[in-house]
Amino acid sequence: MNNSLTQTTLSNGLKVLLKEVHTAPIISSWLWYRVGSRDEVQGRTGVSHWVEHMQFKGTEQFPANLLDKAISREGGSWNAFTYIDWTAYFETMPADKIDLALRLESDRMLNSRFQPEEVASERTVIISEREGSENEPLFLLGEAMQQTAFRIHPYHHEVIGDKVDLQTMTRDDLYNHYRAFYVPNNAVMAVAGDFDTQSMLARIRELFEPVPAGSEPARLARAEPPQNGEVRLSVEGPGSTSYVQVCYRFPAASHPDFFPLSVLDSLLAGPSNLNMFSGGISNKTSRLYRALVDKEYVVSVHGGAQATIDPFMYTITMTVHPRRKPEEALAALDREIQRVKDEKVTKEEITRAIKQARALFAYGSENITNQGFWLGYAEMFADYGWFETYLDKLATVTAKDIQRVANEYFKPQSRVIGTYIPQEGK
Amino acid sequence: MQNKINSLPGPDDIYREVLPNGITVLTRPNFNSPSVVLAGYFEAGALFDPDEKLGLAEYTTISLMRGTKTRTFDDIYNSLESVGASLGLNTGIHKSGFNGRSLSEDLPLLLDLLSEALREPVFPKTEVEKLRAQLLTGLAIRAEDTGDMASMAFDKILFKDHPYSRPEDGYPETIQTIKRNDLVKFHREHYGPRGMVISIVGAVKPEAAVRQVKRALGSWQAKGQKETPALPPLKTLKKTVSKHHRISGKSQSDLIIGTNGPMRRDPEFMPASIGNNILGQFGMMGRIGDVVREKSGLAYYAYSSLSAGLGPGSWEVNAGVNPQNVKKATDLIVEELKRFVQEGVTADELADTKANFIGRLPLSLESNGGVANALLNIERHDLGLDYYRRYEGLVNEVTADEVLNAARKFINLDRLAIAVAGP
Repeated sequence: MNNSLTQTTLSNGLKVLLKEVHTAPIISSWLWYRVGSRDEVQGRTGVSHWVEHMQFKGTEQFPANLLDKAISREGGSWNAFTYIDWTAYFETMPADKIDLALRLESDRMLNSRFQPEEVASERTVIISEREGSENEPLFLLGEAMQQTAFRIHPYHHEVIGDKVDLQTMTRDDLYNHYRAFYVPNNAVMAVAGDFDTQSMLARIRELFEPVPAGSEPARLARAEPPQNGEVRLSVEGPGSTSYVQVCYRFPAASHPDFFPLSVLDSLLAGPSNLNMFSGGISNKTSRLYRALVDKEYVVSVHGGAQATIDPFMYTITMTVHPRRKPEEALAALDREIQRVKDEKVTKEEITRAIKQARALFAYGSENITNQGFWLGYAEMFADYGWFETYLDKLATVTAKDIQRVANEYFKPQSRVIGTYIPQEGK
Repeated sequence: MQNKINSLPGPDDIYREVLPNGITVLTRPNFNSPSVVLAGYFEAGALFDPDEKLGLAEYTTISLMRGTKTRTFDDIYNSLESVGASLGLNTGIHKSGFNGRSLSEDLPLLLDLLSEALREPVFPKTEVEKLRAQLLTGLAIRAEDTGDMASMAFDKILFKDHPYSRPEDGYPETIQTIKRNDLVKFHREHYGPRGMVISIVGAVKPEAAVRQVKRALGSWQAKGQKETPALPPLKTLKKTVSKHHRISGKSQSDLIIGTNGPMRRDPEFMPASIGNNILGQFGMMGRIGDVVREKSGLAYYAYSSLSAGLGPGSWEVNAGVNPQNVKKATDLIVEELKRFVQEGVTADELADTKANFIGRLPLSLESNGGVANALLNIERHDLGLDYYRRYEGLVNEVTADEVLNAARKFINLDRLAIAVAGP
C-alpha cells in the first residue's frame, strides 16, 4: 500500500494516524498534545512552553544528554513547538531508526523528571529566549495587540509567557501542568513515511498502550465577549522605523466562514501558508501590495490568517514608508478594506486564490516531515478530513460569500489598531 | 524499505549538460509531488562593488524583476503569483543567485521570467526609486538588529581590509549615491551566461528540463562580461581584537567569538566540519550549548558554525545573552575553545558526529529544494557527481588527529575576533 491512511484510537484514548509514504527511507513521527497557552491562567503564563523545554531534560530511561545524543547519532532531526492551542514533538529519522523516537515519546509522556536544578537552569534560558524576542519591535507590538484583543479569553498572552511569571513559577506548577495534560487521551500520534502500517501500529500499541489514560484535562472556558468599539494603542521603543498592525476578529478554523476568509486573505495580502514549515510565495500583486507598497505608503505589507480552535485574529502588518505617517498608511488600508465590502471580487481573483492554495499544498507535500505535520495538525482544531477537503471547500467559495464575510468580519468597531512609534536616538 | 544509498543523488540520476554559451544545467527528477524547484547562480556578486557604491550588485539584482522589455513589474509578478509560483534573486559576495518554485506545469513560465530578468531588464526609474526607499528602510532595521550588527562588526575585525569585511547590502550613504545608470552599467558589464549554473529538481524529465533551459537561455550571449577579480590576500589578526557596537534599549546582546576557517576545497574542511559539530552543534548545540545553555542557563542559543566557501572562511561561536552576562559568556566560550585546541575530541564524540553526519544526509536531501542546493554545491566546489554517494566514506576516514590539527591550524586563542552588539 502506498499513501494509504489508517486512523485508530488505542484503548487508553491515544488517537493514531498512520500514512505510508515510500518515496525515501525516512519516517517522521509527530506527537501532538492538546495543550497550549490557551490552557494557562494568570500567574502561570508560559507554563506550556516551559513544560515543552522540560521534556528535553530527560527521564530515568533516557537522561538528558543521552537522549539528545541518541537521536543525533542516528542522524535524526527533532524539535518541538508550543502554540496557543497545542504542543507538538517531532522526530524525523532514517526509517530503520524510528523505534528510538517511539520509545522516547512513549517514555516522556509519563516519566519526565522535572528535576529542580534543571528547572532552575531552564528558567534563565527561557527568560533569555523572551529577551531575544523583546529585541524585535514586532514582538513588542504583537504582544500588546493580543493583550488588547483578548481581555477575557486566555489568547490574551503570548505563548512564551509574561516575564514576571517566568521569574516566579515553581517546579510544581510545571510538573502539575505536565501531569494534567500529558495523558494519552489528550494526544494524537501521527506517523508518515517508509513503514508497513500493521507492524508500525503493533509497535505503537506495545509502547503506548501501557501508558494509563488520565482524567479529561480541565479547560478554561472564557469566551471573549464581542468588542464594541475600535481600540487604538501604541508601543514605543528603539529604532527609526514605524510599524502599524490592524487586527480583525477571525473565526475558528472549523467555522464555515474560515474558507471564504482564506480566499479573501489571499487576494488582499497574498496567501497565508497554514503549513508552518514550507514557506510561502510573494504577494506583490495582492490588492494591498498594489495599493500600499506600489503607492509608497508602506514598504511592506503582510496578512496573517491562522487555523485556531477558538476565534482568533486576522492581522495585517505594515512597515511604514520613511516619508509617510502611520495614519496615511492606515487610511490607504481602509480604502482597500472598504472596496472589498462595497464591490464583489472577480471570478478570476477567486480562481487565482485557489490555484495558489493548490500550489502551496503541493510544496508542503514534497517532504515526509511535512506530511507527518499535516496528519496531526488538522486534528488539533478539526480533523484530518478538514485538510483533505480544504481545496474542495475553497473551490465552493463565491464572490457573494466573500463580500458577506468582508462586511461581517472587517468591522471597524471590532478591530484593534496598534502603532510602533520609534524613539530615535533614545 | 527504500535503499539508503540509492535514494541519494548520484551519477546515474543526476543529468548534467553544459550549453554552448557556457551555462551548466544540472537536473534530477522527482515525481513524488507535482512541483519543481529552479535554483542557480551566476557571476556578478558583490565583489565587483566599488567601496563608494557598496550594495550596487544587490541593488541591480533586486531591480531585475521590476520591469523588462516585454513586461512591467506588475505583469511579471502577476504571472508568477497567479499560478502560486515564486521566483527571487539574491546577491552574495562571489555570485548572485536565484531561487524559484512552481507546479511542474509552470516551469516554462519560471524560465521565461528568469531569462527576461537576466537578459532584458529595463530598470524603470520609478521602480528603482521605490526600491531605494525599501533598501534604506531595510538598513534602518538592520541598524537596530543586534544579530546583524554583531555579525558586521565581527566581519570587520576578522576580514580587515579584505572584501569579505563589507556587507553586501551596503550602507545608507552608499545606497544613496547609486544612480539608475550605475545599475544599467553593472548589468551590462557583469551579467552573462559564462559561469552560470542552473539546477532543476522536481516532476520534470531531464531531457525536458534541459530543452526548456535551452529554449529560454540557450541563445544568450554577452560579449562584455568581465572576469571576476581575484581576492586579495587575507591579513590574519596579530592579537585578539574586540569591538562593542552599542545599540541602546535592547533586552539582549548578541556575541560572536571566532577566527578564520578553511575554504570549502581545503583538505581541512571535513575535519574542521566534524570538529565544529562536536564543538557547537551536536545534540543541543554541542559542547558550547552544554556549557553556556544547559549548565549555566545563560542563553537560549549558543552554538558554533563554520562558514566555508570559495575564499577564506570563518569559524565562529554565536550566543544571545542578557547584556549583563556578556563577559561571563565570553569567558565560558573562550575556555571551551581552549579545551578544544588543547585536548581535541574524544573517540566517542568523533563516532557520534560521524554517525550524525551520515544519518542526517537523506533528511537534508528530502525536498526538491534540498536536492537542488546539493547539485549546486557539487558544481560550485567541483565535488563530483558521486559526492553524496562517497560521502559516508569521506566522513568515516577522518581521524581525531586530523580534527585536532584543523582546530589548531585555525583557532588561535591569542588572535580571536570578538564582537558584541547591544546595550
